[in-house]
Amino acid sequence: MRVKPSVLAVLVAVASSAAPVSAQVDLTGTWQRVAQNDNGFSREPVDLMGMPLSADGRAKALSYDIAALSATERQCQMYPPYYALVGPFPLQIVMVPDPITQKLLAWKILGWGDRDETIIWMDGRPHPSKYAPHSHGGFTTGAWEGDTLTAVTTHAKLGDIKRHRGFSSDRATLTYRFSRHGDLLTVVGILEDPVYLAEPFVLTEVFRLSTNMNNFPLTACEPIEELPHLHENPEIAPHYLPGKNPSINEVTQKYNIPLEAVLGGPETMYPEYRKKIKDKYVMPPPCKQGCGGGPPLQTQTPPSPPAGGRGAPPRK
Amino acid sequence: MKPVRRGDAAAMRGFVLVIASVLVGMVLLDRPVDAQRGNPQPQPPRAPRAAAPIDLTGYWVSIVTQDWRWRMVTPAKGDYQGLQLTPAARKVADAWDLARDEAAGEQCKSYGAPALMSVPGRIHITWQDDATLKVDTDAGMQTRLLRFAPAESRGDVKKPSDGPRTWQGVSQAQWLTPRPNVPLQLRPADRTADTPPLRPTGGSLRVVTTNLRAGYLRKNGVPYSENTVMTEHWDLYKRPNGEEWLTITTQIDDPQYLPNARLVAPIFKKEPDGSRWEPTPCSARW
Repeated sequence: MRVKPSVLAVLVAVASSAAPVSAQVDLTGTWQRVAQNDNGFSREPVDLMGMPLSADGRAKALSYDIAALSATERQCQMYPPYYALVGPFPLQIVMVPDPITQKLLAWKILGWGDRDETIIWMDGRPHPSKYAPHSHGGFTTGAWEGDTLTAVTTHAKLGDIKRHRGFSSDRATLTYRFSRHGDLLTVVGILEDPVYLAEPFVLTEVFRLSTNMNNFPLTACEPIEELPHLHENPEIAPHYLPGKNPSINEVTQKYNIPLEAVLGGPETMYPEYRKKIKDKYVMPPPCKQGCGGGPPLQTQTPPSPPAGGRGAPPRK
Repeated sequence: MKPVRRGDAAAMRGFVLVIASVLVGMVLLDRPVDAQRGNPQPQPPRAPRAAAPIDLTGYWVSIVTQDWRWRMVTPAKGDYQGLQLTPAARKVADAWDLARDEAAGEQCKSYGAPALMSVPGRIHITWQDDATLKVDTDAGMQTRLLRFAPAESRGDVKKPSDGPRTWQGVSQAQWLTPRPNVPLQLRPADRTADTPPLRPTGGSLRVVTTNLRAGYLRKNGVPYSENTVMTEHWDLYKRPNGEEWLTITTQIDDPQYLPNARLVAPIFKKEPDGSRWEPTPCSARW
């Protein structure tokens, strides 16, 4: 049988143009946090340096008293999706196939401790109406751009974006980028919030593929009595009134950083801000205690959850 | 044997055509991306500049949302928070003497390649020639040269130079482009039937830097040795709103001073021009 070359060419062209010339990579696995940065680390309760907070965002941060988390109604308040970048836990990512086609329906970042799971829908579904209910995990859709997965989260609840030092509102949008390089996974988070941020708050985190499994999984949260006086008097709502945060000067006292820098704002994240504080900063005396630089931690996984209460399995 | 009827022959031709097209399609799926873009003939290798899957050129400003206290100001002597160091590294860092560095004319020790991209400032990326990306910094006025293997070498990596060690060392660059062939399970389950097929786009720049002169990872004397190997992945993100972000995933391996690889990923945002470019010399003090 002879086939005309022109017919074959057409068939080849059709076959090649319709071919799923995709470029995705597998993100499945447990990814341990390995970057050396202070995304989720600060010893001082008021440390907003480099955070592009709006005036409202700063006021919200300074009014926050961490004891609020011990109030019964807030003990099970979870962290928002941005916590994936600032929390201490690994990312455990699993693939959710479409049951019929076996194609990729969604990625799921499993919940961990007090961060809800994130489902990244890959099937092109739209985000819900702005009037739809918000959840701790939010609503997320994703798409491949070459080897990189881009995901956008909306409909999350108000939450903590830097370990009790700053907050995002329920109107925030988070754009993630997941780029895999061998056994490393770089996650970029671009958080935009018309309420508490004046500019996007961008962080990166690097993870390494690990064989260590999830030993602190998301479980049902059960409130316990943490601070008796809150239970004895439910009218108490821990907070600080404007100008009354007792920790506002700690960074300045310890490290000589001018207070204006400690309170953050978009200008503090740009290089030219250095000129503004150059004449106000004096290097502190040598560090003598709690200076870091020690050997690596034996394990990067957190301790087991408590026997009862928050983070523990529900009672039978 | 039964004679082949006219209808059977047509069916057979159709069957063969389908099989042939499937086979050709399978072969195409295993070919490099270029070949799938309608370029089936072998092509001479393109120069790295022409083959660039992403455009890194332009002015970029560093966004300091991480490690602010150790980057925007010179931290106290002995402040090593957030670092994992060997005892040898601590010994060197504990002996840091700012005045001695200044007297020795070594103000640039904290501007070597392993620290440079974390120094607050602006970078300007241009092509020096068809196989060399040039990265200038205004802070410290340093220049990194990211050299690709020449096109005619077909990707063979050249051995690092035996020349003198320098703050910026020798950097070998390589474009990484998306793979054309992936398992079914990684293809999105599109809900709409007319979704166009995905096309491979973008890519990443991998850079390996060696032949470094020993310097500081932090301004307060935390050292890296001359045997340090730095591996970077430069990733670009163009947002629909026009913003462009660059992240440089950086792995620093130094068996002498770091018990584990140091990993950071500094962030840059693209600027429209160089109007905020402000060259300033190295400073050991600020």
